[in-house]
Amino acid sequence: MYTQYHVEYETWYRSLVSVRHALLGLLSEGPKYGLQLRDEFEASTGDVWPLNVGQVYMTLQRLERDGLVESDDAADSPQKSFRITTEGERELAEWLRTPPDLSAPPRDGLVIKILVAMRLPGVDVHDVTQRHRRYLVQLMQQWTQIKEEDGGRDLGLALAVDAELFRLDSVIRWLDAADARIKRGPAQDPEPVRLPLPRRRRHIGVN
Amino acid sequence: MLELQDVSKVYGEGAAEVQALTEVSLAVNAGTMVAVMGPSGSGKSTLLTIAGSLEEPTSGEVVVDGQALSAMSRAARARLRRRVIGYVFQDFNLLPGLTAAENVALPLELDGTNARKARAAGLEALDRLGLAERAGQYPDQLSGGERQRVAIARAMVGGRRLLLADEPSGALDTVNRDAIMRLVHDACKRGGMAAVVVTHDAQLASWADRVVFLRDGRVTDQTAPAPDPQPLLAPGQAS
Repeated sequence: MYTQYHVEYETWYRSLVSVRHALLGLLSEGPKYGLQLRDEFEASTGDVWPLNVGQVYMTLQRLERDGLVESDDAADSPQKSFRITTEGERELAEWLRTPPDLSAPPRDGLVIKILVAMRLPGVDVHDVTQRHRRYLVQLMQQWTQIKEEDGGRDLGLALAVDAELFRLDSVIRWLDAADARIKRGPAQDPEPVRLPLPRRRRHIGVN
Repeated sequence: MLELQDVSKVYGEGAAEVQALTEVSLAVNAGTMVAVMGPSGSGKSTLLTIAGSLEEPTSGEVVVDGQALSAMSRAARARLRRRVIGYVFQDFNLLPGLTAAENVALPLELDGTNARKARAAGLEALDRLGLAERAGQYPDQLSGGERQRVAIARAMVGGRRLLLADEPSGALDTVNRDAIMRLVHDACKRGGMAAVVVTHDAQLASWADRVVFLRDGRVTDQTAPAPDPQPLLAPGQAS
């Protein structure tokens, strides 16, 4: 189960970590080498999101192809220096102010597991939710230990770990709510008054 | 330091009977923090009040610092509460007419320590929690985070060894909550205290060495010792 979660969470990380724009951000401070960019990226995220140098160079090549960075004329070598272009600065400013698209609910594996568990005869849904809750709390204990050992000295690490703790916490809160709703069963209250909704409401979250 | 052995608690009788706890067993060693998580009505607060000898169990035994509470006189239990157990509540419970230092010194004075010694111990406890400069302030002159740190100082003053906390970070923000939990954590790891923290907040519980899950008055599950967290820092590569 641990491995499975890690695969799922890694996929989630990948969707959120925009290395492309993080590199543009670092280059906005001045020209830098690929290795230097890798080290500065890792340091700025408290080493929570490690990068391999191959990914850095691949991303830099794409940025150069798109005209967002340019390099000096030296041959491909670790000493090749990159700098941000005016177009790159514009792209970076635009990205900073553009909210990520969160309008479509992700197909969350955990939500699907609980929905499936509810339909299966003989499955104790509370036992299923508790197994996930215990795993998530243990994971949070590990992240908190990382934060505790650093003692708040590395601001990048504290922020990255907080983000992870809030994310895991939100999943646990959902499990708590799911448990409470399942225990209570479907609402027996009188039908709520339904107002006609504009048709587009149905499409929210579906894209 | 604290042991609950098959503790059950029933409130009311007949049709009004409510089974708040059912055969709960829990051991908390010195130097360890245990968090108890569970939904509202799961028995978390009852567990804490019984552990702290503020209520008696219907059946089962509570052992604090090697002493079975059922075998102790009322006076001996009160003495144990004053000298060994410290309580922290969500709403701080500070006396508004007393300064921070006086609030912290109060339990010692009630236990017969002379006022000068109690005040010195109170100031020392406040100093340990970084509040020496606020010692003369009244509760309404302190921020929420400072008030809770005063409450923790009061719970620890005089070398008490068992800390019982009910939602100790209450409505505090993340940074203040971390500061409070760091204090409790340090009191356990460096000061050798045992702590039980009941909460429905997973972020707060994640500071504990062990998390026990309570549901409908029963312990249903608990975490295993957390593995080394370092592999989390290299689970894969960002893209």
